[in-house]
Amino acid sequence: MSKGEIVLGCLAPHPPHLVYAENPPQNEAFSEGGWETLRWGYAKLARKLKTIDYDAIVIFTPHWQTYIGTHFLGLPEFKSKSVDPVFPNLFRYNYDLKVDVELAEAMHEETAKAGIITKMMRNPDFRVDYGTITSCHLLNPSWDKPIVTISSNRNSHYYSNEVMIEQAKALGEACMRAIEKSGKKVVLVSSHSLSHRHFVTEAPLPEDMSREHIYNHSQYVWDMKIIDMFRKGQMQEVVDIMPEYTEQTIAETEAGGLIWMMAAMGVPSYPAEIYGYQSVIGTGNCIACWDPNTETRELVL
Amino acid sequence: MSEESPILFGLYVPPHPQPLLSPDANSGYANLRAAFETCRKRIEESDADLILVYSTTWPSVVGHQIQALKESIWTHVDDDFHYLGSMPYNFHIDTEYAHEYCSAAEKRGLHARTVEYEGFPIDTGSVVALSLLNPDNRIPACIVSSNMYANRSETIVLGKAANDALISQGKKAVVVVVSSLSNRMFTEHIDPSEDRIHSSKDNEWNEKILEFFADGRLEDLSQLSREIHGQIRVQKVVAYKPAWWLAASMGQHNNYDGEVLAYEALHGSGGAVIQLTPSSGSFGDKEFDEDDVEYYQGDRNVLNKGNN
Ligand SMILES: [Fe+2]
Repeated sequence: MSKGEIVLGCLAPHPPHLVYAENPPQNEAFSEGGWETLRWGYAKLARKLKTIDYDAIVIFTPHWQTYIGTHFLGLPEFKSKSVDPVFPNLFRYNYDLKVDVELAEAMHEETAKAGIITKMMRNPDFRVDYGTITSCHLLNPSWDKPIVTISSNRNSHYYSNEVMIEQAKALGEACMRAIEKSGKKVVLVSSHSLSHRHFVTEAPLPEDMSREHIYNHSQYVWDMKIIDMFRKGQMQEVVDIMPEYTEQTIAETEAGGLIWMMAAMGVPSYPAEIYGYQSVIGTGNCIACWDPNTETRELVL
Repeated sequence: MSEESPILFGLYVPPHPQPLLSPDANSGYANLRAAFETCRKRIEESDADLILVYSTTWPSVVGHQIQALKESIWTHVDDDFHYLGSMPYNFHIDTEYAHEYCSAAEKRGLHARTVEYEGFPIDTGSVVALSLLNPDNRIPACIVSSNMYANRSETIVLGKAANDALISQGKKAVVVVVSSLSNRMFTEHIDPSEDRIHSSKDNEWNEKILEFFADGRLEDLSQLSREIHGQIRVQKVVAYKPAWWLAASMGQHNNYDGEVLAYEALHGSGGAVIQLTPSSGSFGDKEFDEDDVEYYQGDRNVLNKGNN
């Protein structure tokens, strides 16, 4: 068996607004569109993904929050309806997805060996979180690949952003070892926004784009700083600046997804492909990917 | 005073699923379960028309959400404690009250909305509380969210609006706040028989808070909320809000008969079942100068001042 590898790492924000705006048949709500900059960026990244040979998507989500360790989805199928508790008016999505349980168990085992508290989730009534569903739907609308969802342990709440970073790094490295041993080709997905201050009111028509803008200029400047570092391949610097960035912008990076993905990918020093940046209800969202293959890596935006 | 209040009594209960799913795993969980049972009987013996729940495990972002789906049916599974089992529920919601609460909140300047969607994920704390306190849907319920950005003014106004809506509909209610005391859990899986409060500091603070509850000093607890947040709350949200909401809905004073029915550890956090019943006697030795608030004016936009 040849060594497994990570064939792509994606930063894939999950505002349910983006699925809502697409009007897929799985979603009950109906929209007149909205947030095209992000949706068109996602469509382009989804097309790239179609050209890549891979076996599974492994996604780290802030919306399966665990305080007692890191949990992995551990049953082969989940079929239910996901209703967003915060935006139920926008997102009521009927999902039917497959899990690569073998890969989940391998990552669980390798993570436990690294001293991290872990748990397999085997309750068939469990509802898969809307972060997983939104990011996976937008990256792979045909849902033709199995996934593994990893919960986000909230170390930043219990300890600090620095502790979160150390644990997310250890988790990423353990997942990488498991992927290598598995012989599989895997796409990693870090599902989150960048700056994360929301407006607490909503327009009567949520997709009214005349109302959409970043929460404040400080959030924008920080987001641009981070994206500039993505472009330059300065991911070690991004890791180093993360505690400050997360604190200043209440960023959704607090869950650890980006650090996890960067650690698993050996902290890339090559440029990221940028597919778009736009605000959603005031938060900053960037779609990006890190392509380790120099043949297919390109300058997108 | 007690004759006038539409709130017959208030309960403070923990959100963790152990008292519902594994009450026999340790004697503490069993004590909490028994305390829930006592409260269930007291609700049955009261002439409440409604159980109104304010849940700290239902965060909202867009204003304040109020559950309004008449038949709320699903099977809930907790994010952390999924291995303890599933929680099927079938709650009867007082839709008319939910809409009235929403408009009362709007009249006081809040952004609020009802949610009325099949499959809406009712949170663990609300599922535990309503399953144990009202198992046969003897009376209808309503649930209100806890906005993650909301602070004191907004939460107090939200509590007052709950009361406004009860008065305008002429309903009597039991209000239930779902919240831990100290909320730091152990970060590893434990043998339930070895459960205890995470630290002696958390335990000492919990004991002090329980003294206030037992003395019926609700307004004092409301005024001490910021201190409580700093001392024993993991900083997940901006503030410890349950006492603000409870005092604002029940009455901002210390005239209550307090009873602590149980206080136990729940995976390290402090879980208590407490009853507060309006009375006539006052108890308290504290004075505060934080202003009361009737109407929410919105964020003060400090960041944008001077930028125009
Ligand atoms: Fe999110």
